[in-house]
Amino acid sequence: MSTATEHSEQTEHTDGHEAEHHGLSDKQYIYIALILAALTAIEVSTYYVDFGPFFMPTLLILMVVKFVTVVSYFMHLKFDNKLFTYLFYSGLLLAISVYCGFLATFKFFLQKG
Amino acid sequence: MFLGSECLLFGGLISTYMLYKGRVNAGPQPDQIFDIPFTSVSSFVLLMSSLTMVLAVSAAQRKDERNMNLWLVITALLGATFVGGQVYEFTAFYREGLGFTTSLFGSSFYTLTGFHGVHVSVGIIMLMALVGMNRNKRIPGDRAEVVELVGLYWHFVDIVWIIIFTLVYLIPS
Repeated sequence: MSTATEHSEQTEHTDGHEAEHHGLSDKQYIYIALILAALTAIEVSTYYVDFGPFFMPTLLILMVVKFVTVVSYFMHLKFDNKLFTYLFYSGLLLAISVYCGFLATFKFFLQKG
Repeated sequence: MFLGSECLLFGGLISTYMLYKGRVNAGPQPDQIFDIPFTSVSSFVLLMSSLTMVLAVSAAQRKDERNMNLWLVITALLGATFVGGQVYEFTAFYREGLGFTTSLFGSSFYTLTGFHGVHVSVGIIMLMALVGMNRNKRIPGDRAEVVELVGLYWHFVDIVWIIIFTLVYLIPS
């Protein structure tokens, strides 16, 4: 009986350790979701409030912050090997550069300027 | 690799929309047709579905089968709400004169958001299949890992919408 209890406790400890290793607690995930909701509310407020010259930078910064938060915490990139982080962000930067180059060939940035 | 190729697909679609969103020879302009309050609610729903998905993964890691199934079903319902909202939005836009071939803006907008909607629908099918397979004990290998893989796809769909919501809806042409 005591062996079974010890085994059960050991399994729970191992599971708890695994859950901790793979990410955050449920409460911490809810906090992160609340932060994301608040950032979305600020994004939507730019539709109603005049941010002047800060309009575009505010939206782009909020978009990047939300993107990185979901990738880091919900997709667990922050808790994985650093190599995955380097691979992911280097690939992402490469893709963004390619698409910016593509848009530049159509003089997209000149039109907007 | 799969998510990387999906990133490139959506990168191409978003770039094409950015190029064509100002090309409106006929039909309504983007800022005349977008219903920001409605789309904001849809975005919030999809964002919260990422929370419920991560809670399902967390429950799977704890081997808490009941909560895992519950969170997976809630995630699928939130996804279905988002897709329903998108269908309503498309119908409303069509009634206001924006068809698929009305202008280059219309074509690129429907292609981009339509592809995203299809991805969300595929995600809902994957979630429901996962719930069904789990009930029949037919998930092969490590269950938590399978749920996490479906979760990665779901979060990917969410981060694509984070970009679409900002670049397509909030930044005017």
